[in-house]
Amino acid sequence: MSQSTLQTTPMTRRQWLMSDRPQSRLQARLGRAYMTWQRFSANKLAVAGLCIILLLILIAIFADVLAPHSPVIGNLGGARLLPPGSPGYLLGTDDQGRDILSRLLHGSRLTLLVIVLVAIIAAPIGLLVGAISGYAGGWVDAVLMRITDIFLAFPKLVLALAFVAAMGPGIQNAIIAIAITSWPPYARIARAETLSVRNSDYIAAVRLMGASPFRIVLRHVMPMCMSSLIVRVTLDMAGIILTAAGLGFLGLGAQPPLPEWGAMIASGRRFILDQWWVATMPGIAILIVSLGFNLLGDGLRDALDPRESGQ
Amino acid sequence: MSIPETVPTAGRSRARANGWAKSILRFLVIIVTTYLGLLAVTFFIGRVIPIDPVLAVLGDRAPAHVVERTRELMGFNKPLYEQFYIYVRDALTGNFGTSVLTTNPVMSDIRRVFPATLELATLGTIIGSLIGVPLGVLAAVKRGSIADQIVRVVGLVGYSVPIFWLALLSLLFFYAKLRWVAYPGRIDIVYEYSFTPITGLYLLDSLWQGQWDVFRDVFRHIILPAGLLGYFSLAYISRMTRSFMLNELGQEYIVAARAKGLSETRIIWGHALRNAAVPLVTVIALSYAGLLEGSVLTETVFAWPGLGLYITNSLQNADMNAVLGGTIVIGSVFIAINILSDLLYRTLDPRTRAR
Repeated sequence: MSQSTLQTTPMTRRQWLMSDRPQSRLQARLGRAYMTWQRFSANKLAVAGLCIILLLILIAIFADVLAPHSPVIGNLGGARLLPPGSPGYLLGTDDQGRDILSRLLHGSRLTLLVIVLVAIIAAPIGLLVGAISGYAGGWVDAVLMRITDIFLAFPKLVLALAFVAAMGPGIQNAIIAIAITSWPPYARIARAETLSVRNSDYIAAVRLMGASPFRIVLRHVMPMCMSSLIVRVTLDMAGIILTAAGLGFLGLGAQPPLPEWGAMIASGRRFILDQWWVATMPGIAILIVSLGFNLLGDGLRDALDPRESGQ
Repeated sequence: MSIPETVPTAGRSRARANGWAKSILRFLVIIVTTYLGLLAVTFFIGRVIPIDPVLAVLGDRAPAHVVERTRELMGFNKPLYEQFYIYVRDALTGNFGTSVLTTNPVMSDIRRVFPATLELATLGTIIGSLIGVPLGVLAAVKRGSIADQIVRVVGLVGYSVPIFWLALLSLLFFYAKLRWVAYPGRIDIVYEYSFTPITGLYLLDSLWQGQWDVFRDVFRHIILPAGLLGYFSLAYISRMTRSFMLNELGQEYIVAARAKGLSETRIIWGHALRNAAVPLVTVIALSYAGLLEGSVLTETVFAWPGLGLYITNSLQNADMNAVLGGTIVIGSVFIAINILSDLLYRTLDPRTRAR
């Protein structure tokens, strides 16, 4: 088959995507995305994880519509500590007569808020520190990496505890505390990726064209770090959810009457012997969501970063 | 660490001594900067973030001259760098101030509660490694089989489950329903006054004194929280063991060993695991450090009178001295374990030794 016939015969959509001679940048990008998706979707567990996360996002958006009752105002008179399956209360009620299902649905918003904000704060800090450190080298690298290693050597949860204790409990402070303790691994990854590209020809070409170091790092180095960073952030999400829930459990995260899952477990602790569902249900929710992130992260790593998957 | 004395030639020994000196210096720099960093962060948390620490102690109704005098007594009128210097000096001598809650010096409180946490985390790590390593080896050898999948799921759940929730449910199940284990706490009230601990590690102490009934009771108290912590380190250890073993089993020396006709057991446990053991030591050390930290939440659920419970109790009573003291102690142990595992790795793996 000569080259002319290949170009004249109409291609199927799949062939267009898989083409090894993309005609445009868009085609190349779509093609790469398609191959990644192929690798990703071959892993059933990873797809299950993706579904869990999509479901979480949908629930968070439509919590008002989905929740049958108010998440904060309960029926103190007639519906205290009803077991799961009671009419109108699918997962039962807590000690203030609030519907646990409605609280879980609304709590998904808090969980999502924590994850998104921590990712937005911590990932760019790590990316910037790592890329600058790797690109600059020399004493800048030595100092920045020493700081990163110092933060890496700290116990995360205990430091977050002390931080929240000083700033006062609350969901904003919990988010800041978690973000401050979770950026160092991202800096390490970004630095490693930067080191692998900093001496490549395309960087030399950009430099020759007179790009400033700032522009090189921002436009040409950082994009190369993104895929490993996304994998790592996704894998860390489960840990972030657990830390946030732990802070909530100790009464340092979201304050009542907010339906934070960890705080809900803490409030159900008093009734664990007789009304087991009050503490059990929020724990299942946390388990499912963080399992979802772990599965998704594993799948992303295998699809984006075949070197790292241990295959 | 000392320089080996029996070295063949003089030039070589000087080069090696030079290498040793360099790596020792590097370690010193790492230790000092990391520890200073920890102190700087806790200093920042304790002195800079609260808008006015004096107000936090006195309340907002204290007259102005009292506030002024307390400020002077606490050293807050001094410049920040001088405050930090005093803070570092105090911390290095183990002076973390006085706990508001217990009215004892924080250091003596910590010395009292630390063995409980140490015992819990150590037993947890032992359980985690004894089960986690064989599971990881099994998963690697039978890669892709049902056993591999089960180990993977067990690990994934361990990564994803909130520890305090699992602790509550296991208490409900094993204590309230089955009565297999004892109620939360460290020792039965019957023994609390008759038993005199020596080291503070109750399991060892009761064994040492030959008090079998106490040992049984202590064991019934510790097994559930330690088992839970063990499960969490198992999740991590089994996963890492699997990946190290897969790496080793793909090497050529394994093919050579097979060609020599060695038994599969010998190849797996004697050759592959032995080489995987070097990075594994680091993993186990890190998971040990993780358990010291993870015990904060577990101890709260099990009313375990350790450092974690001490910190959370102090938190609830806004006792910042105690919180920061506890943070520094856990942080120091964390740093120490990190550095030790790094050193151990260098000693065990000849390829990373200084040339």
